[in-house]
Amino acid sequence: MATIAQAIRLALHYAERELGVKNIFGQDVGPPLGGAFTMTQGLDSAWNTPLDERGIVGTAAGLAMMGQTSVCEIQFGDYIFNSIDLLRLIGTTCWSTRGQFPMPMVLMTPVGAGNRGGIYHSHSIESILSHLPGWKIVIPSSSRDAYGLMISSILDGNPVAYLIPKALSFCPGELLDGEPDDLKKRINAPLDGRSNWTPDWPACDPFSIPLGKLRIRTAGDTLTLASYGRMIQVIEMALQKIPQDRIRDRVELLDLRTLVPLDLEGIVTSVRKTGRLLIVNEDSEQTNFGEHLLRKVREKAPPHVATLLAARHLPGIGLSQQLEDYTVPTVEQVQRQIEKMLPS
Amino acid sequence: MVESRCLDEQLILLQRHGLSPFWTGGPGEEAFNSSLGALLRVGRGPEFDFLLPHYRSSAIALMAGEKSIDFIRQMLGRQSDPYSYGRNFANHFCNAERNLGPVSSPVNSQFVFGLGTARAQLNSSGITVVVAGDASTHQGDFASLLLWSTRPHNPLPILIVITNNRIGISTPYETQHARPHIVDRAQAFGIETAMVDGLSVDECTNALKHAFDYVRTERRPYFLEASVTRLFGHSSASGAKRDPSAEDPLDRESYPSHWRMEIQERLQQEVEQVKLEPPADGISAESYVWGSSRQWPQSLKQYD
Repeated sequence: MATIAQAIRLALHYAERELGVKNIFGQDVGPPLGGAFTMTQGLDSAWNTPLDERGIVGTAAGLAMMGQTSVCEIQFGDYIFNSIDLLRLIGTTCWSTRGQFPMPMVLMTPVGAGNRGGIYHSHSIESILSHLPGWKIVIPSSSRDAYGLMISSILDGNPVAYLIPKALSFCPGELLDGEPDDLKKRINAPLDGRSNWTPDWPACDPFSIPLGKLRIRTAGDTLTLASYGRMIQVIEMALQKIPQDRIRDRVELLDLRTLVPLDLEGIVTSVRKTGRLLIVNEDSEQTNFGEHLLRKVREKAPPHVATLLAARHLPGIGLSQQLEDYTVPTVEQVQRQIEKMLPS
Repeated sequence: MVESRCLDEQLILLQRHGLSPFWTGGPGEEAFNSSLGALLRVGRGPEFDFLLPHYRSSAIALMAGEKSIDFIRQMLGRQSDPYSYGRNFANHFCNAERNLGPVSSPVNSQFVFGLGTARAQLNSSGITVVVAGDASTHQGDFASLLLWSTRPHNPLPILIVITNNRIGISTPYETQHARPHIVDRAQAFGIETAMVDGLSVDECTNALKHAFDYVRTERRPYFLEASVTRLFGHSSASGAKRDPSAEDPLDRESYPSHWRMEIQERLQQEVEQVKLEPPADGISAESYVWGSSRQWPQSLKQYD
């Protein structure tokens, strides 16, 4: 079963072969490394850039002005801030040029905690990005979604921020269409012999998953859990700790998958049924995207109970396991919150 | 050149009459910009030249085929403004059909956007032309442009143009630059450079012809620094008053004396016409937030 990293690699290979993507770039994105998280290993169109986020973002924007969709990578989401005004400009360009320059591009970057990345390799940036009009925001939590959403992002025709929950990158995931048993052997570069390695790309069947459509992970009628990215896995682990007769057919887990566009109708439909809403993410709680979500849901279908579980608003996520656990939601915290909100 | 000057004078009047909140533009740069515009290979796509201008570049646009009336439409925030639908400042033109990239109010973004447009032109005969003022080179994106365009084995076909009026809003050049000329910084990256008197049409044309030819044939960056003046200050924020100490490039040229009057009369008629056109409103504000999706391959399965 493909990991998220492998799924992205396969999607990008399809894109360079069939969708006209000629440039996949960023620091260490080309050979020999193929990306800090190996998302771009073996791709013909992958090339290395200077360590310069503004140059990376600007290059993608210039290619977009020429009508060429590219995929660029910022090595960690934490490093995106020195290009924030360029992102603002890119998101505004279609609007401010009367649609003349729509800026098709995909900016992918690993985000989130879960692997003790410390102060500058752990943060979530979706709330900040959601303040930039003109950007779509994608954050998959499984390999199938990672593949299908990447294809849709490339075909979208707009700037898309494709956020990768880095702690899930190498977890065994779901089977892709046509995936061979020996996928790892065929498309993972060996650690000790990358210079002469070439991939043996399997003939997987390409597919897309639409932006703006949530995925119902489990259905239920009593409590809606709305989340995305790494927290989907954390919630699933929390649910396994709760007696199954307490949650079976009662908890509805929604994987939002894209924040812009947002499948608000899908969330509202669920909340109308359950009357209870718990939003979980690992971004800082202050001006969190989940707060916006709470307001939008309340306007359409006021739940009896609704709350947000997010990371503490601190200057950073500390390096030690204790500090990370103190700062971002843990399995135990999520478990307690679910049990608290579920009527007995 | 004369058209561009008359247009800016008209736009300044509109701002002074309270019909628009702001003006900025390029009086003093017309000799250089007109010469540059005449040499652009105008069209859409990588086979043509791609211009990434700044907000003092309107003479380039006029030479590339843009019309003054559209600048008036933008100045007055009309729905008929083809550049920005009444959303942007004066002289923030663009035209995708002519490879005229958008003008950005935050200076210097064109330096890094040009890296992408030039990359798209690697296998074509078109080149990217990036134009900015001297103060824009204070930003880090200027260093990005010099570094990225000269990567070993991967040079980019970019003509880098700095129009140096030796002042950034109110801050003199000499107080911020250790080197007397900006070309000095480009030379450190091994880029071919030249300086030109930006007030002389003949000298500008000769220097630009060489620069265009070099980039077009060598497929490498070339750096041209043009000394220009800033005749009406930074913008209307500083009064847009004529600076008597600044030399006017039009004074060096001879042209029929009736030209100015004829152009001014036509521009005045165009102003009256545009005044009757509807202003941009809330409905138009909601449009063009998103572009259209690309064509979906028919063989691609789509799951929910």
